[in-house]
Amino acid sequence: MALTNSPHPSDTLSPTPFGTAVCDDVSQRFGVVAQHLQYGHWCLEVGPTTYYAVMQDLKHTHGFTMLTDLCGVHHAEGEATLAVVAQVHHLPERTRLFVTVRLAVTETEPVPVVDSLVPLFPSANWMERETYDFFGIQFAGHPNLKRILNEDDMAYFPLRKEYPLEDQSRTDKDDRMFGR
Amino acid sequence: MTAPLVTDPPEGVTGQGFYLTSLEKAVALARKNSIWPLPFATSCCGIEFMATMASHYDFARFGSERPSFSPRQADLLMVMGTVAKKLGPILKQVYCQMAEPRWVMAVGACASSGGIFDTYSVLQGIDQVIPVDVYVPGCPPRPEQIIDGLMSVQSLVGTESLRRRHSDAYTQLLKGYGID
Repeated sequence: MALTNSPHPSDTLSPTPFGTAVCDDVSQRFGVVAQHLQYGHWCLEVGPTTYYAVMQDLKHTHGFTMLTDLCGVHHAEGEATLAVVAQVHHLPERTRLFVTVRLAVTETEPVPVVDSLVPLFPSANWMERETYDFFGIQFAGHPNLKRILNEDDMAYFPLRKEYPLEDQSRTDKDDRMFGR
Repeated sequence: MTAPLVTDPPEGVTGQGFYLTSLEKAVALARKNSIWPLPFATSCCGIEFMATMASHYDFARFGSERPSFSPRQADLLMVMGTVAKKLGPILKQVYCQMAEPRWVMAVGACASSGGIFDTYSVLQGIDQVIPVDVYVPGCPPRPEQIIDGLMSVQSLVGTESLRRRHSDAYTQLLKGYGID
């Protein structure tokens, strides 16, 4: 079954005029890959090269001073399947903005790399470590990029879709009895 | 009216004013009725243990009056709840800090086999890192089941040879877990 982006009922929520103005400004000056509304918030997809500049602009020019969340996503379809999603918040205007950057894993570029946001938002430190821990995304310029939740000697990135959820190394469970 | 027996006396010779039995049986009797448990509770099974310990089910009447919160003075390690892989080495350290003779009880599905958490981050049963004497099934087990498990431990303690801990088989067992 193909995955479709059918509109969610909450897509009809309207964004703040401030958010729309910022979005227009950013896409005019930096150029965005895609842009859509979700839950009444603008989601901007930018390229890996403009990601840091966009975030810097959002913080210093537009006043999105708070990084609420940063996480990884592994999409099922598309060419660049890995993604980093950052969510920023403008406190006085009560406006949120999602910034996505899609990263490809290819034969020639097996390790996805994106700029670290730690110089802009110190709160990105642990969230980028978590994203690295689970998706193997490298953050260039991160001061301490090592695993944060999983064991240090884990040899893979468990939330990537190529790895099954269940632990493959164990020998004690009989697949016929455990429904695998 | 005769006083009720607290416990059945071991096999021996009795007469007027004296009772003879072997040292091993006398020691076993003392040991099995004074097991000091160390609760290692990580999740919902730990709540069931609290009920087991409290006045209604009264764990203390089996001689486990004093739950020991230091491994140095404990006889029985009761592992109750999900143990993440990262917690594995800590559990092993706690086990190593206990003095011989020591017993281990895995309470609940998670401690016994990983339970429903067949996933990359959860240890698939504590017997991957330490030897286990008694497994208590259930998710979580009721206090009656935990008491049944404790009584199974008691019967193990009561019938164990005093020389078991010096046997080659026991040394090999520990060596299999990388414990000297």
